[in-house]
Amino acid sequence: MDSTLEKKPQVTRRQFASCAAAAAAGFVLTACGPRRLHEVPTDRLKLALAAMEREYRAKFGKAVHVADTPAIPGVLFAYALDISRCVGCRRCVHACVDENNQSRDPEVQWIRVLQMEKEKGVDFGHANPYYEPATVPEDGHFYVPVACQQCRNPPCTKVCPTGATWTEKDGIVVIDYDWCIGCRCCMAACPYGARHFNWGEPTIPSGVLNTETHYLGNRPRPKGVVEKCTWCIQRTRNGRYPACVEVCPVGARKFGNLLDPDSEIRYIIEHKRVMVLKEELNTVPKFFYFYAT
Amino acid sequence: MRSALITLGIAAAASGLYFAAGRGEASAPATVQTAPAQAGAPAQPAPVPSAAPKADAPGQRVEVPPPPFSDGIFPCSECHAQLTPNRTRRVLTDMHQDIVLKHDEEHRWCLDCHDASDRDKLHLASGELVSFDESYRLCGQCHGEKYRDWRAGVHGRRSGQWNGHKSYLLCAHCHSPHQPHFQPIEPKPAPKRPTRAGR
Amino acid sequence: MSTLWRFSRFVSGSIQIVRRGEPLYWGWICVLLALIVSGAMAYTNQLHRGLIVTSMRDQVSWGFYIGNFTFLVGVAAAAVVLVIPAYVYHWKPIREVAIFGELLAVSAILMCLLFVMADIGRPDRFWHLMPPLGYLNFPRSILAWDMIVLNLYFAVNFVVVTHILYRAFWKRAYSKRLVVPLVLLSIPMAIGIHTVTAFLYNGLSARPYWNSSILAPQFLASAFCAGPAILLFALQLLRKFTHFEIQDEALHKIAELMAYAMFLNLFLHGAEAFKEYYSATEHLLYTQYWFQGLDGHRTLVPFAWSAVTLNIVAFSLFITPATRRNWVTLNIGCLATYAGCYIEKGMGLIIPGLTPDTLGEIYEYAPSFNELRVAAGIFAIGFLVFTLMLKVAVPILLSEFTVDSAPDGEPSRARVPQTAAVH
Repeated sequence: MDSTLEKKPQVTRRQFASCAAAAAAGFVLTACGPRRLHEVPTDRLKLALAAMEREYRAKFGKAVHVADTPAIPGVLFAYALDISRCVGCRRCVHACVDENNQSRDPEVQWIRVLQMEKEKGVDFGHANPYYEPATVPEDGHFYVPVACQQCRNPPCTKVCPTGATWTEKDGIVVIDYDWCIGCRCCMAACPYGARHFNWGEPTIPSGVLNTETHYLGNRPRPKGVVEKCTWCIQRTRNGRYPACVEVCPVGARKFGNLLDPDSEIRYIIEHKRVMVLKEELNTVPKFFYFYAT
Repeated sequence: MRSALITLGIAAAASGLYFAAGRGEASAPATVQTAPAQAGAPAQPAPVPSAAPKADAPGQRVEVPPPPFSDGIFPCSECHAQLTPNRTRRVLTDMHQDIVLKHDEEHRWCLDCHDASDRDKLHLASGELVSFDESYRLCGQCHGEKYRDWRAGVHGRRSGQWNGHKSYLLCAHCHSPHQPHFQPIEPKPAPKRPTRAGR
Repeated sequence: MSTLWRFSRFVSGSIQIVRRGEPLYWGWICVLLALIVSGAMAYTNQLHRGLIVTSMRDQVSWGFYIGNFTFLVGVAAAAVVLVIPAYVYHWKPIREVAIFGELLAVSAILMCLLFVMADIGRPDRFWHLMPPLGYLNFPRSILAWDMIVLNLYFAVNFVVVTHILYRAFWKRAYSKRLVVPLVLLSIPMAIGIHTVTAFLYNGLSARPYWNSSILAPQFLASAFCAGPAILLFALQLLRKFTHFEIQDEALHKIAELMAYAMFLNLFLHGAEAFKEYYSATEHLLYTQYWFQGLDGHRTLVPFAWSAVTLNIVAFSLFITPATRRNWVTLNIGCLATYAGCYIEKGMGLIIPGLTPDTLGEIYEYAPSFNELRVAAGIFAIGFLVFTLMLKVAVPILLSEFTVDSAPDGEPSRARVPQTAAVH
């Protein structure tokens, strides 16, 4: 029955035509279709940024600038935090929220300040982020603020199934909020609790919105995607210090270029007792904790 | 391992107590151009020259905002010019009772830092007069390690540019010279605890 | 074009079978449809308001959905338990039930994929995983591997069962050249999907509870308990409600295989528990949270011990020949296995892995009502698919329903040789 009904050459031709059409469509879509923002050509990125600016203007009723400032050549950022000085006042947490347009409700905070007991040392098993005394520091306690450690060997980027998070040339681990599918593998992989998910629609009152943004940093995020500290990429790529560094009332936070032998960071590494969190995991953080006194 | 690191931290605090001997006071007849931090310092490789003038360059005068005087207190000579200096150590009763010295107060009093003959200046152990906007040199006599860190941009609040102009603050902008220990401050609100949906 | 036409006859025939049934069948379908509607409404709510309607939070960022996903990957992988002896050792009694294992695998994988879809924050961006439009971070991301192997495994099993049924519908023997290589391929793939899923957790050094090389073997052991447990139920129901003959010997053999798998499962758990408690490093916290509770947080403790008890009961019932041949105790054993493995893998794997979180915080996760509704809806979809596939497969395999019994309804097909429509 098969042989009488089948007309093989015709089918083959049709198959060929449909295959060719599919290949052409695939090619066109691959060339012009949506792609991860960091790999699209500059002119398309500019269009995408303009679209973002329009969207934010419509949403917040004010002009928002979305920059795409690239990494500065010869710069590898690093951060250092003086545990012997931090008093646990959380000024950094709230300055970070303001600078980086984190959702106020549901609450998203990139920095978590852990209160620990001096008797027990750096032990996450006894850490308390919810301390609320009238004044800080409290006797017998010290404070370890934790945010993204900007690892050189980041466990979070390798698990991402869509390649929506990666390390920039200046060492900042960033997320493409338009490409993230919200699977949260990176959150399971991060040993520092640095990645945060927008469980609900993020809300930022228009009045407190920071309108100077970077497309890989503090631009407003949609719900259902992951976000994290970017060392204030919108500031630091223009030579400024991150917001948490400037706000710290005790000067416990230090920032600079790891490749510059004269930088504050290099001075600290060379002169102070420095540690990294969970060193045994070989994440190789560029965020150092030190004891200046 | 973690507790060992904290022990290190405590040891670090103890080591902070030693004075970086020879800073400042060793270079006796110092002029403004002399490098106070250089004398007696262990040999270190010369810093790589950098385009921007760096505060930790030896002898470099550091640009700072005006000293944080209380309103109407400066210049001191406005009142003190009419008074004869009384060099006897005593409890002040007529003026400045608001100043409570908690800064090695058993060994120190006003005229160890403030100059009796030129009230608008401070003096170093060497006798050299320094203005209030260079008071870091005075502090650095005892707190050598902090002074060195501060010049390197590591001690103190930092603002400005990580790769360009850094703004410095005087020690006195953060630490009251008379009671330098930080006062406890009110913390900002704690994060909200996570709650399950529907609760 | 005749192949296409013949296939459409097979499809329309299948639809005819599905549309006939007793009240019990329709009652079951209605229950499933009601659960699906409820799940769809809950999912719409989740899409609208975000995953905040679940109880997952930054501290415990995976929960009930991913737990179910993991469990069902195991169920899907377990089809191999039946396929190996059937095709490799030509062990006849199991051979006839192997196809039901594959049907189970197909529905389980479908549920797995739906659970992943329910869990991700941006299901609208699912295509970001699919080249050439999207970008798959392969081979670095284990989730990328998992997506590939799950879809391939789904495809292989779907092709095999569809081919066998299609050929049986047309009263022809299946093509050995197609089926045997695919079935042989599905054996390593079944082990592969479960191993890769285990590696998804296993590779995360941030989570010491998962970062133990015993995880993948233990996954397989518990999968080989839970999968056959479901199948034993299904096969008994089949025998009862259809003319399908399944020998007692086959069921008892499956129960025996389950006893070995359960022994391995208990042994591996014991080995892990010993290592954690005896060395008592700071990584003990997670095991303690599961078995004893931490700082007064004891939500999971009753679950932990009921899982252990159920597994031990099931093992005792299956290892004793008398109790595995007794239908009452056999079914108690199946139920105990299913419940034990479900608790152990659904809750006992995911939640203690994330509690306390990486910074030491304990957030006691328990699924929200919305989460439960979505999950129930997904299970209902899976059961519906499994039911419908069985409904089609059984009469076709029994030769009770073939092309002869499916009248050709479409007038355009009138040119069909008359022989095909004769009763």
